[in-house]
Amino acid sequence: MSPGVGGCEGGMAGKFTLLRDTRTDGSFLVHHFLSFYLRAGCKVCFVALLQSFSHYNIVAQKLGVSLAAAKERGQLVFLEGLRSCLDLLFGEEEEQPGQPNPLQFISGSTSDLRALFDFVRTSLTPSDSDSWKGHVLLVDDLSVLLGLGATPVAVLDFIHYCRVTVCSKLQGNIVVLVHSNEDSEDEENELVVNALCHHSDLILWAEGLATGFCKDIHGQIKIIKRLSLELMGEQDQVQIYQYKIQDKNVTFFARGLSAAVL
Amino acid sequence: MAAASAPRGCGATSFQRKAAAGSRLAAVAGTRPSVRHGQLLLSSGLPSLDCVLGGGIAVGTLLLIEEDTYGLYSNLLFKYFLAEGVVCGHDLFVASAKEHPDSILKELPAPLLGDTYRNELREETTAVKSEEFQDAMKIAWRYQNLPKVEASPTTSTKFGHYYDVSKRMSPELFQSIKQHRFYLPEELSSQPEMKTWNMNSAYARLLQSIQRIIYQEGFDGSDPQKKQKTILRIGIQSLGSMMWGDDVCSSDTPEDAHSLTKFLYVLRGLLRKSLSACIITVPAHLIQNKAIMERVTNLSDTVVGLESFIGSERETNPLYKDYHGLVHVHQIPRLNSLICDVSDTKDLAFRLKRKLFTIERLHLPPDLSDTVSRASKQDLAESAKLLSSGCGAMAIGKKHLDF
Repeated sequence: MSPGVGGCEGGMAGKFTLLRDTRTDGSFLVHHFLSFYLRAGCKVCFVALLQSFSHYNIVAQKLGVSLAAAKERGQLVFLEGLRSCLDLLFGEEEEQPGQPNPLQFISGSTSDLRALFDFVRTSLTPSDSDSWKGHVLLVDDLSVLLGLGATPVAVLDFIHYCRVTVCSKLQGNIVVLVHSNEDSEDEENELVVNALCHHSDLILWAEGLATGFCKDIHGQIKIIKRLSLELMGEQDQVQIYQYKIQDKNVTFFARGLSAAVL
Repeated sequence: MAAASAPRGCGATSFQRKAAAGSRLAAVAGTRPSVRHGQLLLSSGLPSLDCVLGGGIAVGTLLLIEEDTYGLYSNLLFKYFLAEGVVCGHDLFVASAKEHPDSILKELPAPLLGDTYRNELREETTAVKSEEFQDAMKIAWRYQNLPKVEASPTTSTKFGHYYDVSKRMSPELFQSIKQHRFYLPEELSSQPEMKTWNMNSAYARLLQSIQRIIYQEGFDGSDPQKKQKTILRIGIQSLGSMMWGDDVCSSDTPEDAHSLTKFLYVLRGLLRKSLSACIITVPAHLIQNKAIMERVTNLSDTVVGLESFIGSERETNPLYKDYHGLVHVHQIPRLNSLICDVSDTKDLAFRLKRKLFTIERLHLPPDLSDTVSRASKQDLAESAKLLSSGCGAMAIGKKHLDF
């Protein structure tokens, strides 16, 4: 991608990155981080709640990474939410007590996201033999959990446990996508987004243009580096770029400097 | 069909171009592969809508229609979607809580078929007749595959047809079509108890019914023996309304706020792994809690809102005199790709002519008269401003600027 966004991940360990989108679709950031971490040789646990595996796989191929191959060599653990939800509701075989469905909470037997967290923990727990360069948890997208009936507190608990396990214990990274809209009335979602914003080390905030749709500029991205979290007396560093999504790439440019204008 | 009939008709000439050479991909009738993402596309039954949605509705996705205030035009789109399924030979699944699915199916609009399709029908019915027909065409063999008249609405291809809303579809067309019905009052009486997964029981029943059909008829592709050459079109009417036992329309803080989104999520899962496409109409104007509508939008693929002028002041506005309402394309899915097919214009309107329903680009009516009175001109200018900016604050005191 661009040096602006691409440079953000360099030399980070134990960081929490929030991807936030407003009036636009920020999924291009998820695809970027997925292919970035796979290429960097990290072990990735991808909780994909919104789309099917084939969708992510085809897009990743366009970005030069094969998810199927990564899955086979054990680098990628892929939770396909749509499929496991069907297994949960229509599956014939009774669950073994040792391996509950990660999305157990949908059926209403429990209200917490413990099964989902257990799935993340077991899939990222390092064994003696593997030699991955890092551990990454990727979630697309957290807002879906609220729609499926999880309470905001349960979602925040889940993220908190993941941070303890992935960021602190394993020194890995977490990347999470949420939708948000300032004038939205979805209070539960806003609660989750605000809470996550306060804790994130890096926020990538994709916004649709306030003036509406434009063919050559798909939106602007605000990169907020939370230097204030490090307690060194510095302020948060904010950079703003505009971007255009192309078939296999995203180009970033300074505001008002789109190729269509110049 | 052109390729099939041509060699029989005049095999003497070796000069004919092989039509439909690229039909390997579009093996299922009424579909075509998308140029951008390779997914099979279906027509929504309204070619002008297909055009706005980037070519059609992808197989395995969900089209959500936000109903207009009286549900008139959204119902029409709903029927178009099903009628297109009948013409293409797709299986239908119709679910409703209010109107009986049988009466919905009875009232589908009649297709305005082109000559090519009529030829095919004629060949199937009487071989003798078809021979006569081809004898007659020998002089001008070059033109026999062309449609006789190029009248605008009847350029019938295999993908996307036009329908006459003033006529009903003839029952013969239905004969070969498998129809599945889900009428909530009947379903509630037939099966007393079932798992509901902490969900509204009507939705749970509907999901189980859809899952059963997808599984039994082999649309999920799990059983290679039952390889399907057709597609299941699912239509669900007025989802989320009171009739489905949902309270999202009646209260601001519904007790059961998650049933609808849960239902959509499971349905999305079912659609994604099967050869099917779904249309759902939702009375969005009745849903008090905007948060639910946001979540519903996020869980659907394509979202189109209809806003009719009936009962609003726009009905008499000279600016909109050619149209019956506005179309808002809220969301277009990104499938297998980073980008989506967004059409260039966002200002779309629909109109219902005597026979046809069309969606077109909104444009201002031409100012034809020489002596337009100043007042009406100003009205137009002001309403144009309203249209573009969407805020009416600046319209105050404009009538004094008369120079």
